[in-house]
Amino acid sequence: MQFFLEVLIGGLLSGVMYALVALGFVLIYKASGVFNFAQGAMVYLAALSVVGCMEKGAPLWLAILLAFVIMTLFGIATEKFVLRKLVNQPPIALFMATIGLAFFIEGLAPMLFGSEPRALDLGIVDEPIPAILDAWGIVISKFDLVAAGVAALLVTTLALFFQYTRIGRALRAVADDHQAALSIGIPLQHIWAIVWGIAGFVALVAGLMWGARNGVQFALTFTALKALPVLIIGGFTSVPGAIVGGLIIGASEKLAEIYLPPVMQSLFGGNFGGIEGWFPYVLALFFLLIRPEGLFGEKHIDRV
Amino acid sequence: MTAATAPTEAAPAAEPYLTVNNIEVIYDHVILVLKGVSLDVPKGRIVALLGANGAGKTTTLKAISNLLRAERGDVTKGSVEFRGRRVDQLSPNELVRRGVIQVMEGRHCFAHLTLEENLLTGAYTRSISRGELKQSLEKVYHYFPRLKTRRGSQAGYTSGGEQQMCVIGRALMARPEMILLDEPSMGLAPQIVEEIFEIVKGLNGQENVSFLLAEQNTMMALRYADFGYILENGRVVMEGDAEGLRTNEDVKEFYLGISSAGRKSFKDIKHYRRRKRWLS
Repeated sequence: MQFFLEVLIGGLLSGVMYALVALGFVLIYKASGVFNFAQGAMVYLAALSVVGCMEKGAPLWLAILLAFVIMTLFGIATEKFVLRKLVNQPPIALFMATIGLAFFIEGLAPMLFGSEPRALDLGIVDEPIPAILDAWGIVISKFDLVAAGVAALLVTTLALFFQYTRIGRALRAVADDHQAALSIGIPLQHIWAIVWGIAGFVALVAGLMWGARNGVQFALTFTALKALPVLIIGGFTSVPGAIVGGLIIGASEKLAEIYLPPVMQSLFGGNFGGIEGWFPYVLALFFLLIRPEGLFGEKHIDRV
Repeated sequence: MTAATAPTEAAPAAEPYLTVNNIEVIYDHVILVLKGVSLDVPKGRIVALLGANGAGKTTTLKAISNLLRAERGDVTKGSVEFRGRRVDQLSPNELVRRGVIQVMEGRHCFAHLTLEENLLTGAYTRSISRGELKQSLEKVYHYFPRLKTRRGSQAGYTSGGEQQMCVIGRALMARPEMILLDEPSMGLAPQIVEEIFEIVKGLNGQENVSFLLAEQNTMMALRYADFGYILENGRVVMEGDAEGLRTNEDVKEFYLGISSAGRKSFKDIKHYRRRKRWLS
């Protein structure tokens, strides 16, 4: 039982890390109805900016601040040079533009800050919390707990922002209908610059967490792939969905990794390792069959 | 060409308000849609813009509201003035701030937002307090009580009439002086159309909002409007006060298929090209 709990909690906490990345996707999708292929690259760029600035001698807080500035400028530039030209174009055109953007960042970031893998130390140790270990005998990493706290804070703030603020409403309005939004005087340029700025900020948070955990390296761009099943399960348009999806993926993949191989072995024989790697995608596929809009996603509304 | 093509008698008595002066619109650099359209909307009036499909009604409205550029259309000649100042180079955002807002045809609600949220987005350009926002909301609900009862429903799931009310109400939230209303009767039951036109008339009378109304439903529009322009092939072919147009034999014949000789087959209807008023 103790072991089960440990696996479960460990899974949930790692799921939070996926949710952090998924959030960035949700933001862009909500505001422009487009799947931002470049989100993973943005995470990489953000993490690399932080370590890059630190290598040049900046303290951690300043490096984070600088990275934030870089991500914001990047957001504004994306709006100005890419999105503005694509108003009223079909979503697929925007989607392809983000693919191009991803390649652009993947080339630009190492040019600016170097491409060798580096460690990022946030000053939070990745070791069990003694109190919990003593009381229940469960290993819970302090780092994971901090990450979970950060994610929870981020999700709450964003969800409230989208639901209740003027800009938040305008963002959702733009996602529904560009033209109508334009007609009532919502300036698309500002809205897009804002949302890419926020997505850049979320990428920065994700980059910090993932970078501190796995090191800052090109593989960070692939975190986006882990976010995909999270999005499919949680729904592309829901901020809370990102976190719930993340938790489901995190917990289920860890549990599957531990408990599935013996079952599979007795059924089919042979060796079943690395279930963790593909399990989320199978789960996502399953969800696509029974609930394509995800748990919290918006249903497509059609009038007949 | 004589200069004295009898000036419009019923037209602007006071100072000019919205003036569209001989505009030409080209889409994609090649497709000429408006070939010199001029019109006036006096303050506090309802002016109808009539004509068949593809005559250029929507394009005229979009040229005024500057939504054309998002569709690769361009005003290549002429000017648009609102209260004596040129507005043709403004962004839609700036134009809404000045008091001119368009309600597009086809009921473009934000489908996933509730009706109330739809209305609230309409106030985007006004930086106002929560209290004022609430006040504006109540005012809209006063004109559209139906929206209040369904305020919490997602707009995408409401009926066509409610959606039309929603988009007009949303425009009202910006507190406009002038609404460019495009085809409000499209695809709605006659009774609902009547209801909506009554509300438009009410807004015009009580809130002093001027309307430029593009409509295919000629007779309905002329019953509520003060003045009308008839467009054909991107040109104004006829104009006059609503009463005059409504009883005009030609209008009856061309747009209703009724002539003194009774109903005619559509194939016998000729196109109207008598009173050209563009300069070429």
